[in-house]
Amino acid sequence: MEVLAELKGVSRVYQKGKERVEVLHELDLRIPGGDFLALMGPSGSGKTTLLNLLGGLDKPSSGTVTVGGAELSSMSNSQLSHWRSTHVGFIFQFYNLLPVLTARKNVELPLLLTKMGGAERSKRADIALSIVGLTDRAKHYPRELSGGQEQRVAIARAVVSDPTLLLCDEPTGDLDRETADEILKLLQILNREHGKTIVMVTHDAQAAGYASRTLHVDKGKLETRAAA
Amino acid sequence: MASVRQLTAITWLNIRNLPQRLGASMVAVIGVAAVVLVFAAVLSMAKGFERTMVAAGADDTAIIMRSGSTSELNSGLSHEQTLIVANAPGVEKDGDRPLASAELYVVVDIKKKSTNEEANVPLRGVQPAAFEVRNNVELVEGRMFEPGKNEFVVGRAAQQEFIGLEVGSTIRFGQTDWSVVGAFSAGGSVSESELWTDVRVLQDAYRRGNSYQSIRVRLEDENDLAALEKLLKDDPRIDPDVLSEKAYYSAQAEPLSRFIRLIGYPLTILMSIGAVFGALNSMYSSVSARGKEIATLRALGFGPVPVMVSTIVESTLLAAAGGVIGGAAAFLIFNGFRVSTLNGASFSQVVFDFAVTGDLLLQGIVAALIIGVIGGFFPAIRAARLPVAQALREL
Amino acid sequence: MKYFGFVWKNAWRKKVRTTLTIMSVLVAFLLYALLSAIGYAFTSGANIADAERLVVIDKISLINPLPVSYAGRIAATPGVESVTHASWFGGYYQDPRNQMPQFPVEPREYFEMYPELNIPPEQLDAWASNRIGIAVGEELATQFGWKIGDRIPLQATIWTKEDGGRAWEFDLEGIFSTDDPRGGTGYMLFHYDYFEEARAFGKGTVGWYILRIAGGANPVEVANAVDAQFANSPNETKTSTEQAFVESFSKQFGNIALIVSLILGAVFFTLLLVSGNTMAQSVRERISELAVLKTLGFPDRSVLAIVLSESVLIMLIGGLLGLGIGWLLVQALASNLGAFLPGLFLSPQAALGALGLIVAAGIAAGIFPALKAMRLSIVDALAHP
Repeated sequence: MEVLAELKGVSRVYQKGKERVEVLHELDLRIPGGDFLALMGPSGSGKTTLLNLLGGLDKPSSGTVTVGGAELSSMSNSQLSHWRSTHVGFIFQFYNLLPVLTARKNVELPLLLTKMGGAERSKRADIALSIVGLTDRAKHYPRELSGGQEQRVAIARAVVSDPTLLLCDEPTGDLDRETADEILKLLQILNREHGKTIVMVTHDAQAAGYASRTLHVDKGKLETRAAA
Repeated sequence: MASVRQLTAITWLNIRNLPQRLGASMVAVIGVAAVVLVFAAVLSMAKGFERTMVAAGADDTAIIMRSGSTSELNSGLSHEQTLIVANAPGVEKDGDRPLASAELYVVVDIKKKSTNEEANVPLRGVQPAAFEVRNNVELVEGRMFEPGKNEFVVGRAAQQEFIGLEVGSTIRFGQTDWSVVGAFSAGGSVSESELWTDVRVLQDAYRRGNSYQSIRVRLEDENDLAALEKLLKDDPRIDPDVLSEKAYYSAQAEPLSRFIRLIGYPLTILMSIGAVFGALNSMYSSVSARGKEIATLRALGFGPVPVMVSTIVESTLLAAAGGVIGGAAAFLIFNGFRVSTLNGASFSQVVFDFAVTGDLLLQGIVAALIIGVIGGFFPAIRAARLPVAQALREL
Repeated sequence: MKYFGFVWKNAWRKKVRTTLTIMSVLVAFLLYALLSAIGYAFTSGANIADAERLVVIDKISLINPLPVSYAGRIAATPGVESVTHASWFGGYYQDPRNQMPQFPVEPREYFEMYPELNIPPEQLDAWASNRIGIAVGEELATQFGWKIGDRIPLQATIWTKEDGGRAWEFDLEGIFSTDDPRGGTGYMLFHYDYFEEARAFGKGTVGWYILRIAGGANPVEVANAVDAQFANSPNETKTSTEQAFVESFSKQFGNIALIVSLILGAVFFTLLLVSGNTMAQSVRERISELAVLKTLGFPDRSVLAIVLSESVLIMLIGGLLGLGIGWLLVQALASNLGAFLPGLFLSPQAALGALGLIVAAGIAAGIFPALKAMRLSIVDALAHP
């Protein structure tokens, strides 16, 4: 498949007072379209930073980040905002749903950035909710949902504007085994049946098993180990 | 008592972590300070005005006017009538000379220094005993006016408020030029807002014939007032109102100070209500910020009542601090601040100082404490009712 | 606006806090409404003064009367269309504290000079033909419960009667009103002829003259022309526009506008503190939510706008409520205290000013938290929720 995302010679350095912390060191990475990539590594290894760079949430100190032909590392903040709204969906460990909105309204949120009218937004949101199997919870507030349900709403939100790339940061970190499996299966469906490219950061080897391949990140560098 | 010890312990804890909740706490303090500041400022106007008016009045000086006159301006006495009063028994004498001053005043326009606009100032014609009939009047600069001449002495306060009243200067009223030959002080009373001249000269200048508006007499004994009143009222040649000067000036002061109070107190109440909302807000946020801490204390065995009371205590202390700050600010900024305004009753300007008195400050602190208690009450109930287990779980 | 629902829900995130903040805003704008109405009352005479009316008083002092003979000469001055006079009676009704203004006037001339006053024609006729008739303002009639035909006695404090008594009796023949909501009607009018005939002294004089200038005439020129007529006479005059005349009184009260502004300043300062604190807390609590919005692709500007809108919304709710209640209160006070403090009125300018203040305060209270929200780093916010 064609390469969707590419990192070339990417380094990310933080200046903390007098200390210079290098989180990523001259990293190269290619992600083909349709890939389901798991990133594993000890904490502090830089895997979340890698995810942030792919999603345009952060910029490299050196090197380039290209996703879908767009060179993120040279875009301005407002360009990145706009790019994110149409090209990438995020899924977090702690769901990050807005507590004051219902499930449906949470899913609709990214669509507020488009020119769609209220009826169309609602329709799209319902489609996304049906993909994740939560149609009957559309009017519930996050506090009325279980952890697994909240994550599904988050996934629906991540796909509602039909992005090509899904970035997941420890998506099952806060869930029990059974629920985690459901979520991971859902991600697989999104990857295999809906063609979404997924990059998932996880510390759970079993979760990584759902992905097509796994890469290990340690001290800012990648080590490849082929998936089973 | 265990509860008191618990209460002290919790309250001390609250205060110690106050710096972490500085934002919300400052809101409560400043809100209350603003209320007390405005309260003290507005009501010190009434106090200052009253003080000036009442300071003028002596208990052993009587003022006699035509009956039914609500003020000197409305009154009219003939020369004969003033003689009847001056020679009545009970009036103190200096040798043969009764200590009495028959007077009459007109209102003239002079520009105020502060606004450069013309304002009404009393030009009072007096008799020689005017200084003796009043308690605290003395010449502080220049000399007394000479009878028969267009000269006057100016009250200190008037001199400071209005343009062109320096000793030695000349000022024109209508078609007449007058010389300012001296200045007098009068214990900060309303007399200091006036210009005094020879009553005969005034009568001539303003074509008043030989009529007067009032006569002031010094009583031999302040208890003689009632007797004098009866005597004069029984006399068919005169139809007088006889009052102590003090009573007269109190009545004169009443409309304006009542008006200021009528505005001042409701204004303060409204502002206090606003401050209560601000305090409630602060205390609710304080309680929720301390949620874990309260839950921990409860889990450790501290009772709900000390928790409640400590919240109210915290709120009251904050409000008290605000009250002290507001009161101090009011005192420093406003106390002694000189203004002049139109007294409708006399139709002329009265110069007075804002007086931030002790009892005003006390009222302010009391208001602050009330705000503090109310502001802490409902949050206190919430603090006591906090579901301990849930709060601990959210740790 | 499609974001309205979102902003609304966020504003009510903590119901108690938002309610209390709205109440604080309400009180602040209620005070604004009341204080501006009071301030207006002090200048009200000036606000409704007719630009074409001038007042002529004795130059030395307002208290000095003017000869009634001046009327003809004033009328003959170029630029003067009509002239009438009034005087100060200064009596009271029953209690010395009931001292509302009473003016002896020329009945028909007075109503012509003040066309903003309304009186039913038959009442005007009845009053004009009854020498001891009196016309009272609507507010007074309501306050004292007077009806046409009542006998109204007034006690004079200045003007004793020729027979030595001080009781002046009148028949209530007319009740007048005014259309202008700002104008007061807390005063009484009676016949100058009766006043002149029955008073013990001061005959042949009036308190002051009111004149109307001809259309297109310059008020200043006419005023100077009138005063020139009587210069160097025993009673020199000072003529000014009605507005200037009234203003000269309210100015003497000291700078009421300044005092009112200072108090309002203190009130709004605390208001901003309260709302600013609320907004700051509100933003602090949802840093991670705001970061999520940014990850979703919401531009920085829209995050700023969302927070500012919340602040303005809260201010609007409280402010409009406060203004509304204030307006109702002013109406109620005006009808009850009309005789005591005439002219209590919440002017349209004041209301508009309040609206501007609401928006400005909303922005001021929310700007710092909004900027903080706008500038927050997504990465940092998500890493440290």
